Amino acid sequence: MKEPKQWQIRLSGSGGQGLILAGIILAEAGNLENKYVVQTQSYGPEARGGASRAEVIISDAPIDYLEVETADIFLALTSEAYAKYCYNVAPGSIVIIDENVKTKLQRTRVNAFPIISTARDTLGREIVANIVALGVLVSLSEILHHDSVKAALKKRVPPHTMELNARAFEKGWALGKERLAVKEVEKI
Amino acid sequence: MTSERRLMQGNEACAEGALKAGLQFFAGYPITPSTEIAEILAKKLPKLGGKFIQMEDEIASMAAVIGASLTGAKSLTATSGPGFSLKQENLGFAIMTEVPCVIVNVQRLGPSTGGPTLTAQGDVLQARWGTHGEHAIIALCPASVEETYYLTIMAFNYAERFRTPVILLLDETIGHLRESVQLDKYDKMKIFSRPRPWETPDKYLPYAAEDDEPPPMAVFGEGYRYHVTGLVHDETGFPCTGNHAAIDRLLRRLTNKILAHEDEITLYKETMTEDAEHLLIAFGASARSAASAVKIARREGIRAGLLQVQTLWPFPEKLIRQKTLGKRSVLVPEMNLGQYAREIKKVVSDKTMVVTLSQIDGRLFHPNKILAYFKGEEKHAEVL
Amino acid sequence: MPKSFNVNKYLRMDKMPHIWCPGCGNGMVMSAFLRAVDSLQLDPNRVVVVSGIGCSSRISGYLDFNTLHTTHGRPLAFATGIKLAEPTLEVVVITGDGDATAIGGNHFLHSCRRNINITLIVINNYIYGMTGGQYSPLTHKGDFATTAPYGNVEPELDMCKVAESAGATYVARGVTYKPVSMEDMIIKALENKGFSLVEILSQCPVYYGRMNKKGDAVEMLKWQKENTVTMKAAAQMAPSALKGKIITGVLSSRYRPEYTEEYENVIQQAQESAQ
Repeated sequence: MKEPKQWQIRLSGSGGQGLILAGIILAEAGNLENKYVVQTQSYGPEARGGASRAEVIISDAPIDYLEVETADIFLALTSEAYAKYCYNVAPGSIVIIDENVKTKLQRTRVNAFPIISTARDTLGREIVANIVALGVLVSLSEILHHDSVKAALKKRVPPHTMELNARAFEKGWALGKERLAVKEVEKI
Repeated sequence: MTSERRLMQGNEACAEGALKAGLQFFAGYPITPSTEIAEILAKKLPKLGGKFIQMEDEIASMAAVIGASLTGAKSLTATSGPGFSLKQENLGFAIMTEVPCVIVNVQRLGPSTGGPTLTAQGDVLQARWGTHGEHAIIALCPASVEETYYLTIMAFNYAERFRTPVILLLDETIGHLRESVQLDKYDKMKIFSRPRPWETPDKYLPYAAEDDEPPPMAVFGEGYRYHVTGLVHDETGFPCTGNHAAIDRLLRRLTNKILAHEDEITLYKETMTEDAEHLLIAFGASARSAASAVKIARREGIRAGLLQVQTLWPFPEKLIRQKTLGKRSVLVPEMNLGQYAREIKKVVSDKTMVVTLSQIDGRLFHPNKILAYFKGEEKHAEVL
Repeated sequence: MPKSFNVNKYLRMDKMPHIWCPGCGNGMVMSAFLRAVDSLQLDPNRVVVVSGIGCSSRISGYLDFNTLHTTHGRPLAFATGIKLAEPTLEVVVITGDGDATAIGGNHFLHSCRRNINITLIVINNYIYGMTGGQYSPLTHKGDFATTAPYGNVEPELDMCKVAESAGATYVARGVTYKPVSMEDMIIKALENKGFSLVEILSQCPVYYGRMNKKGDAVEMLKWQKENTVTMKAAAQMAPSALKGKIITGVLSSRYRPEYTEEYENVIQQAQESAQ
């Protein structure tokens, strides 16, 4: 796969799904790997519901402009977030969605995963869907090392939730790896 | 603790910088997008023996900060647009009474409630002229998380050095931005504290100073028993409404103590300005967009350069005159309708064209607007 | 009161004469306050007097303490900053009815609620004197003011009741015609570890008195005498006899945790958790 000097990542979902935290963990992991990182977000007034967006740029060089111009990776956990934030996604971009997200793209060009159902049914807590998604995203794209994301997770989630979050991350990581074992990552 | 590279938010860097500068007192009121500063300090200040209070409103927070500073405590408040408007009354009091303090305004889109989570740089002139009456002000504006740390320390240093409120003007983008910082290089920064009087209380004239300097400052409770009033006052600190010569001396000194030290206060960064034909002058988050545009423009053969001003006020007139000399054009990208560009226009030679590039849709200034200008395609470009 | 007491030693004599009109009650309150300071033997170097804007707020300039003459309505907010930053200082706010209850109403409410160890002395002359006689929240309904030329349509606020219900731990109402009890109330207020309010009913013969045909200062003091009833006396009186009377005396005195002490506990807690 191509190795861009800079990864531009946009994560989106419903407010309260923890996409901003997922973005912070990605940035933290990038920082742990001594890369330049910036993380920004946009959100509405609602703490729960609505659509929210987190952006992360991970780069080998200092970063000037702070927001994502063309997303190398775009993640959406809800159809509303997909509709609102799936812009500036170019050919070659990786689109990762929860399996229930409705897209205009052909299903074969996106990478759909049972993210929310894994969190809810397998792990018993829908709230860790963001960390399942993070695991999928990192294993599928190979932008960062497993261990640095795990270390970042430990720095950024409350200690009493670490065990659950670690399982969520591993589960997501495995989902990505299992997919890669049978087919290449889909790009648009 | 600061020797590692850390991921840090702008507002967090502000709180950390304040602590590094010796912060002892914070009073504030919750408001987006500055609340993180209060939240962090509510947790950290008491650990260090400092005091945190959430006041009943923005006006009270500003008042409490001034009160605390009179007892010798380095004091801070943080707010955003609507709160900054409310603070103007007591900000003027701090100017008049020469009480050091730092006011952070994490700018959001206004006027009024505007857009609490939307970015903007619309308070540049409010920082300059928000409170009534003739006065000078110091306002600093960082363009990165690391700069936020550094400029917060400098804000305290200037506040203490010049006995004046200093405004730290962030924008929502920088306040909420997280990026890698390396703070150990600031460990040896000089931390300035207000000079105390050397004479005995019976000889102390609390407002006696050279024409362009602040007076030494006594602390309440240490025996100096002086009077502090927002009324015009003479060297004794008491009202002098009928003494026009004393009024004149006071008001000129309050301004001169800052303007005469423009060189000392002016902070900036520059890239590729020397041979630039087109000089971009930017501050805050839009300076990052400008930096990006300069690189792209250079690749396309356009000789662009960037002067990033960190000290917005006092207006760095000498610096702007010097750096714009001989340039074909000066472009000022701002998330307002040209507030700073118009200030720049006042001092730039008529031979140099000054162009304001504006974006006020609540989103971060986009570098493409600058590139579009070079192609003659930018609709929000206005030649001043 | 000690016989040797000389008010001048606490005054900035070079600032005399003061700006107050003949017959004004401000000087009487100032004198009672200074007698209280003297009888408690407070160290002037550790006393901070904060005032707002208005006639009574000019008091800070005349007193030889650490003095702070602030913006309109804000003295309690400034005082809160001083007291929290340096709790060992004796912080007193002296201001007027308009400053304390109109523009400063919010700060008044929350200072009471916090029970921060500040003494608030409000000189209530029922009028804005400095600006020339406008009605305040404490002006009685029906009274005249330059901005109530047809009589005040707004009902007055009982700031003592507000203070009590908001959490102040010492609330008293005095009158200028009883200087000894006024002094005693201020002493108790200064001694109280918590937020104290002493509301002093005072006289403004020049604006309030003239516009409301209350006569000169002496007449106005007589009016005070005739229209106020002490708590003690009121307890013995029938409700019908109390109609229209203003109750004076110590209206409330109780214990609640004090703000700066509570915050010291926060510091201790935070430092313990850091270890």
